[in-house]
Amino acid sequence: MAQFEVENLKAWYGDKQVLMDVSVSLPAQGVTAIIGPSGCGKSTFIRCLNRMHELVIGARMEGEIRLGGEDIMAPAVDPVLLRRRVGMVFQRPNPFPTMTIRQNVLSGLTLTGRLKRSEADEIVEKALGDAALWDEVKDRLNTPGAGLSGGQQQRLCIARCLAVEPDVLLMDEPCSALDPIATARIEELIAQLRERLTVVIVTHNMQQAARVSDRTAFFLMGELVELSETNTLFTQPADQRTEDYITGRFR
Amino acid sequence: MNHRIADRILVVVCFVGLFLPLACLVALLGDVMWDGVARIDWSFLTSYPSRHADKAGLLPGLVGSLFLVLLTGLICIPLGVGAAIYLQEYGQDSRLSRFIAINIGSLAGVPSVIYGLLGLGIFVRTFGLGRSLIAGAATLALLVLPIVVIASIEALRAVPGTLREAALGLGATRWQVIRHVVLPAALPSILTGCILSMSRAVGETAPLIVVGALTFVTFLPDGIDAPFTALPIQIYNWVSRPQAGFENTAAGGIVILLGLLLILNLGAVLLRAKLSKDR
Repeated sequence: MAQFEVENLKAWYGDKQVLMDVSVSLPAQGVTAIIGPSGCGKSTFIRCLNRMHELVIGARMEGEIRLGGEDIMAPAVDPVLLRRRVGMVFQRPNPFPTMTIRQNVLSGLTLTGRLKRSEADEIVEKALGDAALWDEVKDRLNTPGAGLSGGQQQRLCIARCLAVEPDVLLMDEPCSALDPIATARIEELIAQLRERLTVVIVTHNMQQAARVSDRTAFFLMGELVELSETNTLFTQPADQRTEDYITGRFR
Repeated sequence: MNHRIADRILVVVCFVGLFLPLACLVALLGDVMWDGVARIDWSFLTSYPSRHADKAGLLPGLVGSLFLVLLTGLICIPLGVGAAIYLQEYGQDSRLSRFIAINIGSLAGVPSVIYGLLGLGIFVRTFGLGRSLIAGAATLALLVLPIVVIASIEALRAVPGTLREAALGLGATRWQVIRHVVLPAALPSILTGCILSMSRAVGETAPLIVVGALTFVTFLPDGIDAPFTALPIQIYNWVSRPQAGFENTAAGGIVILLGLLLILNLGAVLLRAKLSKDR
């Protein structure tokens, strides 16, 4: 497992600066939740961590991010290879519509030409098992991934990430398009994944942050206001702005 | 009450707007069929042109048109789809390619005879291809290239950005994302656009006349550098003949050409239905 160290991270979309000057250390254990009002830069922050941010036209970033001691913004680092170590789950489930369940799970390997055919079955079963989806889909692995329910699709997307065996899993509001039951399944899953992965989850839902995370970071207007143990942040916030936010005094 | 009457009137106006052109089209088709269908038999399809209207066939035109479509597709589709991929997937952040993408639309509106002159200047003269199949096909490819590019760009644009993100997030390169995720998702629309542009190419006459397609051919092209004719040119030639009987021969040719176009369009519809059902 690897820990993230972020120093003086600034990010822009065009002329608009969305991350002001963020310095934070995300330990290699457990789950870090990121909360904050819309537009506070929390999604941008995790998109910097796997260098997806720079793919947006006109977007740029500055500062230093180290993963397990290695500077991932160094020119010698290939962002493509970095993203195989730092997986990402998105807001809306986005299984590949032209692929079956099985092909979706293997897609990270087939896309990049790294799949050994003899290992495919094992990888599919393991990744789907780890994503708590195996029992539901084992009899229809060759049906389209888009035929699953929203919650199942999201777990399929998680399985797809896990099949690449990343060190870190970034989740950008993974439950915002799901119903409460599907949300509960994903949260259980996160509780299992935290044993093996560094998980960073952006969420709008403070109860969710409280349920799934060990630490919580509160972002406001592009700045990191506070990062504490989740319990502490929600019961005894150090900063007045955090308290205002979690008690709903402003949005 | 007044607004209800206005409503009625609008419906009637719209219906007339639909009905008039449709009626003209049906009348035209009916007339052509009436004149031409009797003329169509196996020997019409397998004979060479003749001085005698009742013996004339359109084999060279039919074969020429089929070859032309095939070659045009081979030239135009890789170029057009490639250009679209560049403009939509790679060139987004460059001002030049955005400028090009915007202006390709106007290229599609340039009269076809002008493409014919371009083909004459470039392919026939400068490249020394002569009045050959390949020169004709290259000219038609130029003509329909903007259509292929526009259709492909639209198809690529319709692929949700979230799929690209998902694939990039898995550590795929841009090309791997395009090759395995974006293109398969856009394929039905791209193919439909390509087939429709090919059917446009089949019906073109003016550029081929300029490039120098022959009007009376009694042989089949034996290579891509051979002289050729095409269905529309054959028809044009028959229509302009004064002798009795040729108007029916021309009508028969038109029916065959329409049939060919219909088959191409039907192919596009079926292919699209099949590909979108497969997912």
